[in-house]
Amino acid sequence: MLFYVIRRLLYAVPITIGVTIVCFSLIHLAPGDPLSTVLPDNASPEVAAQIRAAYGFDKPLPIQYLVWLGNVAQGDFGVSVQSRRPVLGDVLPAVRNTMILAFAAVLLGFSFGILAGAVAGHVEGSLLDKAVTAFAITGVSVPHYWLGLVLVVVFAVNLGMLPAMGMGPGGQSGFTIDWAHLKHLILPAITLAVIPAGIIARSVRATVAEVRKREFVSALRAKGMPRPRIFLHVAKNAAPVVLAVSGLQFAQLLGGSILVEMVFSWPGTGFLMNSAIFTRDLPVLQGTILVLSLFFVLINLIVDVLQVVFDPRIKRA
Amino acid sequence: MPASPALSRQPWLPKRWRSTGSRLEALVAPTPAPAPVPSERILHVEDLGVRFVSRDGDVSILNGVTFSLDRGEVLCLLGESGSGKSVTLRTLLGILPPTARVSGRMDVDGQNLVGASESELRRVRGSKIAMIFQEPATALDPVFTIGHQIGETLVEHKGLSWADARARALQLLELVQIPSARQRLDAYPHELSGGLKQRAMIALALSCDPKLLLADEPTTALDATVQIQVLLLLRELQRELGMATVFVTHDLGVACEIADRVGVMYAGRLVEGADVAAIIKDPLHPYTQALMRSTVQAGMRGKVLDAIPGSPPDLAMLPPGCSFAPRCRHARAHCLAVAPDLIRLPGAGAGHSQRDMRCHIHGDEEAYRVSAPVTA
Repeated sequence: MLFYVIRRLLYAVPITIGVTIVCFSLIHLAPGDPLSTVLPDNASPEVAAQIRAAYGFDKPLPIQYLVWLGNVAQGDFGVSVQSRRPVLGDVLPAVRNTMILAFAAVLLGFSFGILAGAVAGHVEGSLLDKAVTAFAITGVSVPHYWLGLVLVVVFAVNLGMLPAMGMGPGGQSGFTIDWAHLKHLILPAITLAVIPAGIIARSVRATVAEVRKREFVSALRAKGMPRPRIFLHVAKNAAPVVLAVSGLQFAQLLGGSILVEMVFSWPGTGFLMNSAIFTRDLPVLQGTILVLSLFFVLINLIVDVLQVVFDPRIKRA
Repeated sequence: MPASPALSRQPWLPKRWRSTGSRLEALVAPTPAPAPVPSERILHVEDLGVRFVSRDGDVSILNGVTFSLDRGEVLCLLGESGSGKSVTLRTLLGILPPTARVSGRMDVDGQNLVGASESELRRVRGSKIAMIFQEPATALDPVFTIGHQIGETLVEHKGLSWADARARALQLLELVQIPSARQRLDAYPHELSGGLKQRAMIALALSCDPKLLLADEPTTALDATVQIQVLLLLRELQRELGMATVFVTHDLGVACEIADRVGVMYAGRLVEGADVAAIIKDPLHPYTQALMRSTVQAGMRGKVLDAIPGSPPDLAMLPPGCSFAPRCRHARAHCLAVAPDLIRLPGAGAGHSQRDMRCHIHGDEEAYRVSAPVTA
């Protein structure tokens, strides 16, 4: 087991290096000079060259990459072009805010998706199964920003039950667990949860239905196991697939949703990236993408390790 | 239960098997039966029928199956694929799909299980009746250890603690002669070879001392050399523990090796049932005869194998008469029109001498004798 974890950790190293290379290249792939937004229009070529040298842009790309990587490793993600503050100071609170939203959506979407999927898989072909499938397909197909707007119109504008935007009363961005703050969480969390709930319900249903047809379920019945025990066996067999799908969905949620965070003015990573794109704030964009990509790598690693806990056969692959 | 001296000898030296020459030869001079125990009826199946009912139709899978089994007896169900052998076993356990409708009667240890509630059935399954599946690779749950899978049966039926169940599971693995049993207790099924998996499956089936053992082609999925080891082990354990056993196979040689009685099945019907020696020496039903002719035996090199023409009938469209008639060389017009009833022929020897038969040839209907032969 320990050996497997170490091997899996080693696999993550080249992936992480690849991620940093892609993030670094972003600046140079984007059309226009990275400095064009900083330099005044009438800057003389001499001044431009001077500033380029100051930022290190005159050095060959591999050298630039190594310098940047060294800085990142020390927690220096550069300075925002817009706010002139260190990028990390902007990115970390945004990541925290997105995490709050993502956890809420995960709690909602996963519990619903897994429950509905497991039930549907057990009553395959019944009316209930068809209802779950219909709901799941609708959930996956509805554009979530549209759903968010509809929820705002119904619950915030018409009914006045819940706030329409922001993270807390008075537009503050701190978070404590009380009703005033949770109120702001409800609508965006529901909006974000719908797609993962649909995807997870579909895959859990398919997996449970498939596992239930396997011979060992007959064998369990043949040795007189009660239903809850048979369910335990089915669940443990279905777990690796469910875990893989859930992990991907979770990572995607952590990436934040630009559209949903814009609709609800949620100051998360999506919100931050959106403004960084519009202001061509490349260091912020780069920093945000890097942090999120690293989360992706981390979550995949955790999922891989957890899968072995459920299915020992994976270890050999 | 302590392993007997007979069990502790190495099973992979098939001495007994070698000394008796071919399996068929062994049968004609069968090894003497163990000391007679007072006969005790474990299983009685009467007019058992199974239909699969769905929106698309109503298919009769089993029809009027009747047999009974005493303590310590082995009945081999023989027949082609789709003849209803496996369905018979699954019906006995009540693990058919929900579309199945069961009729008739099956008494296991005095309790009729047709129409029994799910909770009654659950108490019987695994404790009174146990089943060995054809493919141990798929019948064992891949993500639980062998020890856990044996243990949970004991916890459920015997009310043992997990620690006691584990100790008992270890004894069982030793009983089925799995080497280094202690390590195998914590092994997952994929870490065992096919033969060891099937031994573990046997240990699982024996865990609650069942009175009735059902074995669904337990050696078919194994290598030829391993088949014989597992078969010998099964026979020894069956004799040792005195379980009534229904053993499904399509291999005549296997049937000869293990059976006391043989039931030949065709298209969901038991067409001939008799003592194994009687069936081998003197098969009476045309289908049994055809089955014997199409089996490879020692010393047959150079002879032409006589395969049964045609293929088993579609159960959804059974002919009105005898279902074997279209492939039978003795068929007459009457056979095609009227399905034969079960008749009971008196046998020659002692013990289970009588013979169950579904064939007009051995009946005494006037209509058969006067009807014209059908030439294929």
